[in-house]
Amino acid sequence: MTNAVANAGARAARWFGRFVWDFVIGDTPELALATGVIVAVAFLLDGSEWAGAILLPLLAAGFLLASTLRGRRRAPSRPARP
Amino acid sequence: MHTSSTLVLVLAVFGACLVEMVEALTLVVAAGVSRGWRSALEGAAAAVLVLAVLVLAVGVPLIRYVPIDALRVIVGALLLVLGLGWLRKAILRSSGHKAPHDEDKIYDETVAELRGESGDAPSGHPTGRDPVGFAVAFKGVFLEGTEVVLIVISLGAAQHRLGLAALAAAAAVVLVTVVGVLVSRQLSEVPENTIKTAVGIMLSSFGVFWVGEGAGVHWPGSDLAIPVLVGVFLVVYLAYTALLRTLLPAAPDAVSEGVTAP
Repeated sequence: MTNAVANAGARAARWFGRFVWDFVIGDTPELALATGVIVAVAFLLDGSEWAGAILLPLLAAGFLLASTLRGRRRAPSRPARP
Repeated sequence: MHTSSTLVLVLAVFGACLVEMVEALTLVVAAGVSRGWRSALEGAAAAVLVLAVLVLAVGVPLIRYVPIDALRVIVGALLLVLGLGWLRKAILRSSGHKAPHDEDKIYDETVAELRGESGDAPSGHPTGRDPVGFAVAFKGVFLEGTEVVLIVISLGAAQHRLGLAALAAAAAVVLVTVVGVLVSRQLSEVPENTIKTAVGIMLSSFGVFWVGEGAGVHWPGSDLAIPVLVGVFLVVYLAYTALLRTLLPAAPDAVSEGVTAP
């Protein structure tokens, strides 16, 4: 009985862990990493005004560009040979 | 809290909930048509109930017991991950690198899959209920709704407006339910991709704002920085879309991938 409960708990924990992983990280781990960097930079800019207001959106935009470029499919550079 | 940021909060929650519920409706209608309406509606109602309990169980303690600055950093980070993800998909879709979300296609695929399920047809179940129809409707509403719950809790908790955020989400649920009941089919006419783009812009703006605010950055103009950030991310979205569309065009087979992706 105790084993069954423990197994069910372990299964639920694994399911929840996978769910959170897929939800937050999924196929774009670079965005999770980007968020971590932005949070760290925000703490470094504690007390600032314009520096934070300019740098944080700029960082987000930069990481977004990198992630979007990673996600796109490159067009063939030359036509395929017959 | 400034009126403009409250308005952005309401629009973000309402928009996010609207698109997610339109996607959930497709699965509920597919389950209802192919496996019977009773089980599909019960599954959807059960999922809404579980989600509402989640909002109360997680949201209220967050507001009461977690220090506001720590809460804002956590919430901001979560919104940033979600928002940048939505914005990335929106840019790829509008530049032709990813197929737009297509409710009709998802509906057809789900109905075909459910009708292909053999052995436990709805009419043959002794209780008159169909477990497969229930599960598909429950899973659809629950999974689509989880993202909404996160957004409601995050935005509501960070601004101490959980009630308002929950109301905005409930309004979207009621609207989609009423329209869904009236037309009894998936809502493929709703401009989901446009709404998702707008929500992605708003979530990213809130994310950057709350991360900065929680970490001690003093935003010029205080809450008025939120609509400014919305404008910045809108320009970023337009610029990146134009860049990808003109300078880095998609390969011809690119849109065949991810048609049914959320």
